Formats: sequence, C-alpha cells, structure tokens
Amino acid sequence: MKPFTYERALTPAAAAGAAAATPGARFIAGGTNLLDLMKLQIETPAHLIDVNGLGLDRIEATDDGGLRIGALVRNTDLAADARVRRDYPVLSRALLAGASAQLRNKATTAGNLLQRTRCPYFYDPAQACNKRAPGSGCAALGGYSRQLAVIGVSEACIATHPSDMAVAMRALDAVVETVQPTGTTRKIAIADFHRLPGDTPHIETALEPGELISAVTLPKPVGGRQVYRKVRDRASYAFALVSVAALVQEDGTGRIALGGVAHKPWRVEAAEAELPRGAKAVTERLLAGAKPTPDNAFKVTLVERTLGAVLADGRN
Amino acid sequence: MKFDTPAADNPIDQLKIIGQPVSRIDGPLKTTGTAPYAYERHDVAPNAAHGFVVGATIARGRITALDTSAAEAAPGVVAVVTAANAGPLKKGNNNTALLLAGPEVEHYHQAVALVVADTFEQARAAAALVKVDYAPAEGAFDLAKAMDGAVRPEKGDGMGGAADTAVGDFHGAFAAAPVRLDATYSTPDQTHAMMEPYASTAAWDGDRLTVWTSNQMIEWGRSDLARMLGLPKDRVRLISPYIGGGFGGKLFIRADALLAALGARAAGRPVKVALHRPLIVNNTTHRPATIQRIRIGAGRDGRITAIGHKSWSGDLPGGGLETAVNQTRLLYAGAHRLTAMRLATLHLPEGNAMRAPGEAPGLMALEIAMDEMAEKLGIDPVEFRVLNDTERDPENPDRPFSQRQLVACLRLGAERFGWSRHNPKPGQVREGDQLIGMGMAVGFRNNLLMKSGARVRLDAEGRVTVETAMTDIGTGSYTILAQTAAEMMGVGLDKVRVVLGDSSLPASCGSGGQWGANNATSGVYAACMKLREEVARTLGFNSKEAVFADGEVRAGNRAVPLAQAAGAEGLTAEDTIEYGDLAKRYQQSTFAGHFVEMAVDAATGEARVRRMLAVCAAGRILNPKTARSQVIGAMTMGVGAALFEELAVDTRHGFFVNHDLAGYEVPVHADIPHQEVIFLDETDPTSSPMKAKGVGELGLCGVGAAVANALYNATGVRVRDYPITLDKYIHRLPEVG
Amino acid sequence: MARSHDLDINRREVILAGAATAVASSLPGGAEAQPAALPGASGPSHATVSLTVNGVIREIEVDTRTTLLDLLRENLQLTGTKKGCDHGQCGACTVIVDGRRINSCLSLALMHEGQSITTIEGLGTPDQLHPMQAAFVTHDGYQCGYCTPGQICSAVAVLAEVKADIPSHVTDDLTAPIALTEAEIRERMSGNICRCGAYSNIVEAIVEVAGRRA
Repeated sequence: MKPFTYERALTPAAAAGAAAATPGARFIAGGTNLLDLMKLQIETPAHLIDVNGLGLDRIEATDDGGLRIGALVRNTDLAADARVRRDYPVLSRALLAGASAQLRNKATTAGNLLQRTRCPYFYDPAQACNKRAPGSGCAALGGYSRQLAVIGVSEACIATHPSDMAVAMRALDAVVETVQPTGTTRKIAIADFHRLPGDTPHIETALEPGELISAVTLPKPVGGRQVYRKVRDRASYAFALVSVAALVQEDGTGRIALGGVAHKPWRVEAAEAELPRGAKAVTERLLAGAKPTPDNAFKVTLVERTLGAVLADGRN
Repeated sequence: MKFDTPAADNPIDQLKIIGQPVSRIDGPLKTTGTAPYAYERHDVAPNAAHGFVVGATIARGRITALDTSAAEAAPGVVAVVTAANAGPLKKGNNNTALLLAGPEVEHYHQAVALVVADTFEQARAAAALVKVDYAPAEGAFDLAKAMDGAVRPEKGDGMGGAADTAVGDFHGAFAAAPVRLDATYSTPDQTHAMMEPYASTAAWDGDRLTVWTSNQMIEWGRSDLARMLGLPKDRVRLISPYIGGGFGGKLFIRADALLAALGARAAGRPVKVALHRPLIVNNTTHRPATIQRIRIGAGRDGRITAIGHKSWSGDLPGGGLETAVNQTRLLYAGAHRLTAMRLATLHLPEGNAMRAPGEAPGLMALEIAMDEMAEKLGIDPVEFRVLNDTERDPENPDRPFSQRQLVACLRLGAERFGWSRHNPKPGQVREGDQLIGMGMAVGFRNNLLMKSGARVRLDAEGRVTVETAMTDIGTGSYTILAQTAAEMMGVGLDKVRVVLGDSSLPASCGSGGQWGANNATSGVYAACMKLREEVARTLGFNSKEAVFADGEVRAGNRAVPLAQAAGAEGLTAEDTIEYGDLAKRYQQSTFAGHFVEMAVDAATGEARVRRMLAVCAAGRILNPKTARSQVIGAMTMGVGAALFEELAVDTRHGFFVNHDLAGYEVPVHADIPHQEVIFLDETDPTSSPMKAKGVGELGLCGVGAAVANALYNATGVRVRDYPITLDKYIHRLPEVG
Repeated sequence: MARSHDLDINRREVILAGAATAVASSLPGGAEAQPAALPGASGPSHATVSLTVNGVIREIEVDTRTTLLDLLRENLQLTGTKKGCDHGQCGACTVIVDGRRINSCLSLALMHEGQSITTIEGLGTPDQLHPMQAAFVTHDGYQCGYCTPGQICSAVAVLAEVKADIPSHVTDDLTAPIALTEAEIRERMSGNICRCGAYSNIVEAIVEVAGRRA
C-alpha cells in the first residue's frame, strides 16, 4: 500500500470537489474492495476522501412510489429493510447471496456497484492485465478462465463484474444518482452505468473523474414473483458461477438479468419477449453471440438450466 | 524405554483419565485469544521490525538485475536481504528448492528479497519498490504432457519403500479375469490453506538464534535452519507453542523462518515475518496432482484376482513422489498385484506432504474404482469390500495386520447410516428438485512409529510438569499429554502442566503423518515410568507394587502423598520411547468406513453433503472428544477435496493462478452438515505402551471417494477427475422441467 | 451472560438508530472537508484516531495505512484478533464495531474515529469466559485456535442479528419472523473459515448458547 493522505468529507459536493481537485484522490466508504486492492497496489490512490460522514445512509420513499437508497446504506441494512423485503425481494435476496455478513455490514450500495472484477489475473500484479495496466495484454485469455465472462467480451478483457446486488438492480431498472465536482447532479440508468470492456477495460463505469454516487433509486414496485438464484461451487461466501435475477409476472411476462457471465450485469430486454417460450428460447437470445472459453463454456448450459428452474418455480 | 514386545497391562489401562472425553486444557487460552502465535510475541521480542517478502514473478530462469536502492531509501526501512547479501546459505535437507532465490529462480513466488522496516505498512510499501529483472527460462508445467517422460525415481517412494511392486502375474490374471475395470483418475494440486500464515519472529543474541515460529516438527526445523545458516545446531532454538494449522505445510522450515533470521541479523534487532496470503500458495509447498490408472480384475463371485495401480505425479528436480499407490499394496486381497509410481519433472512450486500424503489422493481414485467394480459385478459396494478383506499384508502374506477391524467398521457404518436404503441403480432417488445419492468408501492409513522424548517433573505441591518439544497443531497434544501424565502419576488433570514446542526441551516425534498422539504420549509414558521409579525409591516403596492414585502412592497398608516424594527440590525424570521391530513383524494400520449422503440440484447441479458418518478403528482413542474433532475436521477437508479444491495451473506461465482464499475455495460452514463419528473399541498392544494409533489423517482418507460415489449415485454421471465440480456433469443431467 | 446481553442491546440500538451512528462519528462542522492528517513531524501520512476498545478510550497516532486489524495487533498489542488473509477472505479478523461484526483487515483505523470496538479480549478472559467462549470449549469448537476468536465474535453477533430481524440467504420467508435453525447458523457463520474443520462442533456450541438465551 502506497502512502496516502486522508480526509473526512462533510458534504457530497465538497467530496466531489476535493476529488476533482486532488490528483490521485479516491473516495472510500466501506473500503472492503478498495483496501483489498490497495494492499496489492492494484489501486494506488495518493489521497483518500472518507465519505462515511456524508449522511447518505437513508432509504426513503420517492414521490413516484419507489425507493431512494442512499449511497452509503450498508448492504446488510438494505437487505434487511422491510420495504425492500416486501416490494423488492429480488434485491434482498441478491444482497444476501453476496459475500459474508461481515462484509455486508461494511460494504455500501455505491461501493457494491463499483466493485472491480475478481479475475485472478487482475489480482496478480505480475500478470498481464489490460484492466490493471492498459496495453499490457490479457493473461486470462488462454489462461485459467473458468469463472470469467462468456458474453460481451473483447480481445482485451474477459473479466466479469462480481456484484450480486447490481444484477438485481439491473432487473429492477434502478437509476444511479450522482454529484459531479461542479455540484451538479445527474441520473444514470443502471443499464448505462456499467460498460463492456471493449478496448478500454480499465474504464468500467459511466462515472467521470470526481463524480460521486449519492443514491440509487428504484422505480415503484412491479410485483410479480421475484427470484435471485445464485449458483456457486461452495454453498456460501463465494462468487457466482452464474446468477439469475428474475421478475416473473402471472401472465408469463417478466425480466431477467444475469450475473457471472459478463463485464456488467447482463440483461437483454428483447430476450424477455421469449419468456413464454421457455428458458431455452430466452437463453438463446440472452446469450446470442456468446464467446465462451473452453474453461467456461459450461456457463451457457448452466444459465439455461438455472433459468429453467427459476421459471418452473415461477409457475408453481 | 525400548518398546520391543507387545504391551502388557500397564497403568494406562486404568482409563481413569486417558480415554475420557475431557475438554482441551488449552481451550480457555485459545477461546480468549490469549494463546500466543508466532507473529504475536510482543512479550518476548518487543520492538521487532517487520519483514515483507518479495516473490519471484517468473516460474523459472535467472535474476539478471536486482535493484534494492529505492526500497532501501524508503521511509522506515532497516534492511533489505537478498541472496546477494545474505551470505552463504545451504539448502535444508527437507527442502527441494532454496528458500531464497538468486540468481537462479526455481519457481513462481520463490522469495527473492526480504524488506525489513520499522512498521508493517512501511515494509509492505518498500517491498513493492524492489526492482527485479529476469531472464525467464522454459519449463514444464503440465502433468498430463509431462507424464510420458516420467521416470521411476531412484529413491523409491521416499520413505524407504519401492516405487514399484509386483506379486504374481498381474497382466495374465487381469487379462483372464471375467470382470475387469481399467480406468484413469486424476486429482489436482491442493494447498494446505491453514488459517495462520507461515510466520516467524527471529532474534539473535550474539551468534545464538531464537526463532518463535509456527512449525510442526521442532527437531527437523532446528537442524535444517542451523544447516541453512551454517550454524551448529545448539546455537539455534525454535519455539512453537501454538500453531495455527499445519496439515503438513509446516513440517519444514520455510522462507518466513529463514528470512526472519537473516533479516534480524541484518537489522540488528528482532524481525518478524508472515508470508502474505497471496504469496503462500506458490511460495510454499502443495500436495501434487496425480494421474492414476487403476485396473481391477475379479471373478464373477466378486473376488479380486488382479489389482494394478499406477500413479504419475510431478515435482521440481530433486523432488519426490506423491505416493498414491501405497494403500493399494495393503488394502485388498488378490493374488496378482502390480503397483508403480512415476515422477515427472515439473517446474511448478515444490510438491510435498499435505495431510495423509499418498493415501488421500490414492484412495480418492482407488475407492471410486472399487465402487465402479462393485457396480460391474452387481454386488453391493460394502459387500464387495468385505469380500476382499485380508488379514495379512497381501504382498507379504507372512506378515499379519496387528489389528484389522475394517469389516466391523463397514458393518456398523452400514447399519448406523441406513445403508440398506442405498439404491444400487444411480439417478433414481429424487426429493423435489434434488437428486439424492448415498456413497461409501474405505479409509485406510498406516500407523507410524517415531521415537519421542519427554521430561516430567514433580514438585513439592504434588504438581506434575510435562516438558517435550512436541507440538500441538490443533490435534490436542496438550490435553492428551496431560491426560497421560495424570493417569501415570495418579493425579488429577488440574495438577498437570504441559510445556510444548521448544527445542530446548527433550526432542519429540513432532506432529505429522498422524503419528503425534501415539508416539508423544508414549514418550511421556516412558518418562513417567522413570519418575514413578524415582518416587518409589525415594519413599522406600517397591516400584512394582506401588499404586499411584488420588495424589498418593500406596503399597500394602501404607499411603504417602505424592508431593512428599518430591521434597523441596522436586524430582525429575526424562526418557525417550524407542521402538523395536514390531512394526516390521506386524502391519500396523488404521481403518475406517466412510458413508455420505449427497443432494444434487437437478437443474443447476449444485452438490451439497447432507449426512456424513465415519466409523474408525484406530487403536485406543486417548481422548474421544479431541479425536472426534480430528476426524470431523478431516472429513471436512475431504468434502473440499471432492467438490471444489483445486489449484488451477497456468500451464503457460507456470504458476497456481487462484493463489488466495477467495480463489481457492475450501469448505465453509454452509457446506458441512452435522457429522457423526464412531470409534470402535480397539487396543493395539504392538503399537506402543499406549496401545494407540493415529487418527487425524485416517479421517480424510477415503472421504473424497465416498462423496464422489454418493454424487454418482445421485446423478448417474461418473466423474473421474477431481474436484467434481458441476461443469463436469451438468450437461449429462436430466433435462430441466 | 450479562455481557452478551449488553451486546444485544447495543446491537438493537444501532439498528434502530441507523443513520445516527454515522452522524455521531462525523467531525465537528466548519470546514466542508477536514483533513485528519496532523501537521508536524509525523508527516501527512499520519493522523490521530480516538476510539474505544473493549471499553477503554484510546487515542493513537497511526499511519494512514494502518488497518483496524493492525492497530489492534501491533499498536495496541491486542493479538487475540487474528490475521489470516488480510483480504477479507477468511474472517479470522472479525471484531464487533458499534454492535456490528466486520472484517477488521478491510478497514482503516482512521475510519473508526469515535467508534466502539469489541474484540475477543473484550468478551471474556481465561478465568471468566463469555458463555460463547465456554460453549466453544465444551463442544470442542476449534482445533488450532487461530480462527477461533473470529468465530466467537461472529457467533455472538449472529445471535444479535437474528434478534434484530436481519435475514440471511437461507431465510425462507423474508417477511416472517426468523427462526434460528442450524441452517441459519451455518449460513451466517460462513464468513469464518475454519480449515481444521470444527464447523459441526461450532454449530453445536452456538445452538447451546442460543437455547440458553431463548
């Protein structure tokens, strides 16, 4: 970990302003991913702005019947919130499927969205990684890639986004609210928030330098049967091989988002039109153009089978 | 004390304290965080500087330039140790590769430097400033590709046995057998993943070195560290009272201990070094992967006529085998036999012992093969094993087993587990969306005898102190040694204190190969016998008639408090248990029947263990509570081995890719159901005066195959490559819906 | 018993208070962003943090890089909290901060200004074991002992979390009261790895303590 200076920010605008004004500054909230990466010098901020005191830790009803989740709401509190449990159970389920209780107690809503990939080559500074060291190449291509992406990949990167929460938020059409260094705010649809790797895998989100997430809003509840099904090797405290967030309505329509398969939570709205025709048809559309490696080709089968089980549950 | 005739009745047989399920005497320290581990010795090495290890980033080659100037100039840095400034260093007798590389690099993450600074934060940051240029060399990293060039190692199995054995005419008998199996299995590289990192604190006093470390084998460690540093053995002291898990990884001196010593010498003050977790997998040792071909031929009656087992594994030049065929030489009957082991040169990190080396991966393969064979024969898997039981070493029929209760383990296990509900046809049992299966396997692990010494002291308050360089790696040594001394001296457990893990104490067998409990307690037994004689002599008793009980010594109508014999000075006795040839005349082994029930999600293929039972026959169980813990812990490791543990090899760059605890998944709470363990009543008078044998590795042996067989029974898909992850069978599961 | 009861109450207050905790820990108003770094000899990468550890208020100058874990183990020499992986992958460093268990390795000491930390040393001593510590001894819920302090801190927190109606991955019905089943305990304890494999015994220890308190 490189030496850094540290300050505690008191307002969101001040935090964003300080970040823009200070070279090498980063925000720290839960710190559960940033500190992990700083210890390996994968992240090397010169200055940390502690945003835990910003008061962005409330969950409030919005005027249009949805919820505004403060950026600093801890994963535990979000999962345990009675409104979320009642109206957005897929989000509670996704959160509870992630990490461990200790990590969920610390990790924040915004930090969860900003998690970086768990690709083992990204985590080993001695290995080539375009995400960590742009232009160095991708050691994962042709290497050990069982956990990595099957769709939306590029020649530069086959990393996955590790979040469970973000997959549920993608299915819920969440909107990310931010504060820019100028103090202006903007809203980014979750679909546009995370990027595909392309030839710039180090640019992972739509955020601009210094831009601070202040909240995530959920539209008013859409009801339906909500399922988050995470498939992993061990029973807990593990990243997904694949995960499925599903909102299935009584008329058979619904929404499907996938985790563990791409550089971002993966949703293809057009594929949802296939829901009445079943998991195979949906999967064919969802994963059309998939480019799995020999190590992770099983994920395509696994998505279809998991989705099949989720939809069968939904019919019960 | 020389133990060369089978044990007769002795004071241990009273079983007042030995054999009782007493709670660990070190429990209050461990549960309150007050047991000191190697990196936590503020008490004895205050102001220790922190060392951080820099690992090589190539698998093989040479260091062409090593620039430590930026690191040396960094804040707080006290010293930077490299092979260039460390002085002459010898390789330890127990190491295959050097612990400090330079200029040759032998494996990925081999240490190339230690940066010592005032604080941990400073040392870690400065370590990133060490600049190393390499000239990489080609290497062999893929066992499947290297196996064709594998050789029969000159040093045999590395433990005094042969690499190959043959009895009768295997090829002829196999060809003639009406029912045959010829299948190939693989087991992956695995890592110990003990929770306490490799860690040491070192301090010099002139030319005397003290290292507080985390090491299973104090005497080996002291000798090897002295050898590496070119010191006489008596100048080196190792202290290792608490060890946060070892599983074979801490049998030997590793880079933490050597570099702490070198760092402390360079810094002129104590230095502590813990290998950071992402370095551990590639810097230290691992259980080598195997490829195993098993051939079994049997008559239609189910009797094995031919059994062949060949195993390939790899290691660095100068390294050794994973002895995966060893149990096959002893476990089942069959007149025509063949075993062989081949060693390939691989330039991956050093392969070495991990819990039950040989048998653990060997039984993972053999016991699937037995399951497959039973199915071919149409015989119940339990019955097939019972049918092929043997009371004699099948390669040397003159040699009986000292005790062999395998059949009893299997019969009792089958009854208690409800094996009669096992459906021999796989893929038939379904509960909702879960496929249910039952599987079993045999556990087998030899009992090993090692000499072991101890000193016991009696003080004027009637308290007994046991001192030995034995270690407790979570096995319960503190407790069973206290129980042994209490039983022998006729005092309560609260009167016994045990001091372990210090090389200045009598040399002991240490902890490894499941030999610790039987041998270390026998060493204490020997010392206590001597102390009893001293006491009897002092009090004027005939030592043969004296009874030690309730804090008194009694003979005839005379009873004297034990404390009285001690006098103000106290009484001390020291002895070492040594062994004759009983282990040659009798094959001493331990046996188990493992039973597992699995549930497999019919759609996703997620496999979870629902029930587990082990029935063990392993000599006298010295403490059923701690012994049970050994077995359930081993069963847990067996679940991990079966279902997800695998070091992923990057065969291009020559390293284990998933080198942390997120990437290498070991079982968590949610993976493990309630576990049942039954110990059969057994004493083995040929093993030692304690009549005990080992159990800590037996618990692992066979578990992986029992899981694999249950998974097969649930799904109908046979997977022969461990770990059995869902990607290997999901495409063959029934359609969803 | 009294001790764990206190923890429960502490926990409930935190849950109910929610945002109040974070507000209370923020710095006095005035400047919009306040550097925690102190001027002077120790340089810009050092700062003073004031926190309560096991009931004792501590004010310590630390390197900004110092984690809560290293603050405990090195600066305060409270070595009961263990460093297993230093990356949030094992749970050996689990401590309870303002009633919540966290991985102390993935938190900077400076992020705990004004907070209250309970470590294994704060739960009980060898002569006066906390009920959970005693249950671990009785049920042999450990072997090598290295993950044990983290397991025990987690176990104490698990009981409080269930009382506070925090659901888990295996909670059947998100809108019904949570029953403390063995499956719940296993899932909730899964962030604490025990390579010795004492899981089956640890669950028994927790069940015993939970039963006594019910």
